[in-house]
Formats: sequence, C-alpha cells, structure tokens
Amino acid sequence: MSSAGQAPAIQPASVTAGAPAYTEFHPRWYRRPVSTYWWMGNWPYVKFILRELSSVAVAWAVAVTLFQLAAINGGTSSYANFAQHMRSPWLIVLNAIAFAFLLLHSITWFNLAPKAMAVRLQGKRVPAILISGPQFLAWLAISGFVLWMYVRTAS
Amino acid sequence: MMTQTITLEVSRYSPEKDREPYFQKFEVPLKKEWVILDALNYVKDQLDGTLTFRWSCRMGICGSCGYMVNGEPKLGCATFLTQYTHEPVRIEPLRNFPVIRDLVVEIDEFLEKLKKVKPWLIHKNGNGAGEYLQTPDQLEEFRQHSMCINCLLCYAACPISGLDPIFIGPAALALAHRYNKDSRDEGAEERMAILSHPDGIWGCTFVGECTRVCPKHVDPAGAIQQYKLAAAMDGMKRFLMPFGQR
Amino acid sequence: MSQVKASNEPIFWTLFSAGGVVAALLLPIQLLIFGLAAPLGWLPGVSYSSLAVLMHSPITRIYFFVLCSLPLFHFAHRFRYTLYDGLQIKHLNEVVFAGCYGAAVVGTVVAGWLLWRM
Repeated sequence: MSSAGQAPAIQPASVTAGAPAYTEFHPRWYRRPVSTYWWMGNWPYVKFILRELSSVAVAWAVAVTLFQLAAINGGTSSYANFAQHMRSPWLIVLNAIAFAFLLLHSITWFNLAPKAMAVRLQGKRVPAILISGPQFLAWLAISGFVLWMYVRTAS
Repeated sequence: MMTQTITLEVSRYSPEKDREPYFQKFEVPLKKEWVILDALNYVKDQLDGTLTFRWSCRMGICGSCGYMVNGEPKLGCATFLTQYTHEPVRIEPLRNFPVIRDLVVEIDEFLEKLKKVKPWLIHKNGNGAGEYLQTPDQLEEFRQHSMCINCLLCYAACPISGLDPIFIGPAALALAHRYNKDSRDEGAEERMAILSHPDGIWGCTFVGECTRVCPKHVDPAGAIQQYKLAAAMDGMKRFLMPFGQR
Repeated sequence: MSQVKASNEPIFWTLFSAGGVVAALLLPIQLLIFGLAAPLGWLPGVSYSSLAVLMHSPITRIYFFVLCSLPLFHFAHRFRYTLYDGLQIKHLNEVVFAGCYGAAVVGTVVAGWLLWRM
C-alpha cells in the first residue's frame, strides 16, 4: 500500500471489534469526530436536550420545597423570612422558568409513557391517546385537588 | 426548451488521496418522478463515473441506499427530488459510521452487533419435530418489529450511536425484542443477560429519532422502552424471589 | 461476550420512572402555588398557619416525603445520562454517579428528617 506523505493510518473499528484481520491493511476510513455541540442546529436533538434538562427543574422544585419545609419547622418568623425571599423578582423569574420546564417534563412524560407499554385489547394495539389521555386528566384532577387542599385550610 | 435542473452537493472522499471528505456540486435534471437515487445514477452515468454509492432494489426493501440528505437520514430510492425547494441539496454518507469512500460506509460493526443479540429462534429443549402453531394475535405481538430492512437510518439518527460506538443500537435491539415477543422463541432469558447492560438497552435515552426516521415503521424506540420495562420487571422478580423457579 | 454479573441498571431505571411519574403529577402544582401564586399574592389565605395545620396530618408528611425523594432519583438518573451524552464525560463515570445519586440521597435524608421533626 503506497501511503507516502499520508497521515498515519487510523485503526479501522472492525479490527478492534475482532473482525477478520485482512481489513487491517485496508486504506483508511474516515471517522467524523462527534463534537460536544452535536445537538445544536438540529431541532429534534435540541428538543431532546431541553427535555433532559427539565430534570434540573425537577431538582430545583424539590429544593424549594425542602427550604419551605425547613422554614415551616422554624416557626412563624422563619416562614415569613422564606416567603419574603420567594417574593424577590429574580426568584419569581427563576421559578417561572422552572415551572415551564416542569410543564415540559409532564407533557413529554405522559406522551411517551404509552410507548413503554404495548397494551393490546383483543389483539389490536390500543391507540396511544387512550393511554396518555387519562394520565393528563389525572394530572389535572390531582393538581386541582392539591390546590383545593391548600386553599380550604387557608386562614 | 430549458429543462429544470437542481444542484446537488455530494460528499466525496477517496481514502488514497484525501485526508477528509469535501463537497462537489453537480447539476442534474429536475424531473417530477425522480428520486435522489435517480439523480446520483445520472451523475455517475453522465457527469462523474467515479461517484460511489450503494443501491440495489430501488424500491425500499433492500436497505442499501441510505444517505444523509440535508442532514436527515433518508433512503435514496424513496426521497423525491421535487420535495427540495432550496438548492443545493446536500448528500452525505450515513452519520455515525466510518466512511470507506464517497457515500459508502463501513457497516461491519453493525453486523457484529446484530449477531450479538441472537436474532434467531432459540429452543431450550432441542429442535422438536413438526411445525410451530401461531395464532394471528401472537404474530401481531411482534410483526411490526420484524419489518426491519437493516437500512441503518436509525443508527444515523441516534445520537447515542455517535457518542458511544459500542452501543448496540436501535435496529439490533428492536430485533432482539422481536424475537423475545415471538411465541415460538424461548431465548428471552439468554438475550436479557447480554442486553440488560449499559451498552445494551440501558444506553438508550429515548431520544426517539430512530422511530421518526424509520422507513418501515418498525418503531425501535418503542421496542427498546418495552424491553426496558420487561428488564425492570425481571429485575424486580430476581430481587424479590432470588431462589424462584422460572 | 457474556455478562459477569447482571446489571444494576433496572433498579435505577425503576426509580427514574417512579420519580418521573411523581414529578409529572405533583411538582408542577407545587411550584405553581409556592413559587409563583403565593409570592405574587394570588392566594392570600395560604400562610404559615394554614400550612402548619396541614402538616399535622401524617398523610401530608408522607405525601411530602414522596414528593421530595422520588423526583430526586429521577433527576439523578436523567442528569447522569445528560452529562455522559452532553458533555461526553463518561470517563468520570464514578464521580458523576456519586454526585448525582449522592445528591438524591442527601435530599431524601433531609426531607425525612425535616418531616419527622415537625
């Protein structure tokens, strides 16, 4: 193989995978490197990354709740302190963004859940909407119930 | 009368001469019944005989003519030229595979992964005599996942396949699920041991692109998520009943 | 190529799924009320005293424990994979794993302790 003046041969992947040795002397293949920004410029990939980042909003919401529980533990003044912080404009903006991501999580979650379950009724596949639809309704019902619980004990 | 033309921008790479791929433009006739494959064959016949690409049946069943068209994995024989209104139309080899030359990629790694999932009927008690009996409902359980033509568009679409070359990937995992769901097969346990692994089903993060680009509607993403659920339930059973019979 | 031992991934995926369901159903309304509605004054009655009343019930405390623990395991699993795929730092496997699940465990313990003390 004449390779004078060429870059050194890259090991073909099939050699590392244990394929026949004759490929060892094959002219080199081109392996395009994957950049850290592989997901940019491609809308389906961006949607995927946004969906995955919603997990940060989930952790944030739990953190806020933990601070709230600690504030309740601390008594009236400690809770007043907490409530005061929550009114800060930066936190309100942050919470609004986090809330948007939480909605993204819920919506994508209920839409994807039917995929993991191949529910069949009398041999035919149940349409996805019949599995995700009730979950959306349950979400609304439970949210309404939780809100009612907070409001009815309101002083 | 001037016939309409369309410009293609095709990725060229010759391993003996080039260090990396470059683009070459070709002007081809824009006929309403032409697909990408027709355009490429026009280039090879009339403009540049060195252009190299795979194709065979030209009707969407052999799985040979997968390319990236404007960044999307497509079958060359199933993609019409007229759907591209902006020129040039960029044609590149399938993403996430090593390029041998021009639009031809190396697929040996995929074939190794395919073997790994044991895509055949596994019998525990030797080959019985006589035929299998299977009802239409039993066939329906796995029929969708049996439609794969190994075109590898799903591997080109899957970002994990690009980030982790050892990831077994959508088509192979969907095929494993196809056999697990086949009532004639008894190999689910054997495959579970191989595939319930970070480079098997757990490498998948349900991006869902594989299902979107699949020309045969195999739904590999759905197959993998179902497989994860089955593995999770299997894991629970092992945990709760470690000495249980199966 | 055979496995030496069965993967532990099923456990983490199950926690991820359970946490995902809890997060999807219960966290949006929680953050809407206490992160936006209450600070903006839309729910004037919800205050320390009304919450203290709610917290008396053991059911409320179990609710909050589930709310604060499972979603953290959902986050741990998903964020771990985002770091692998997004930042391609698979070689820092153990560090990422310990960081993500460590945070989930810490959060769970804190939640348990706070709710126990109420």
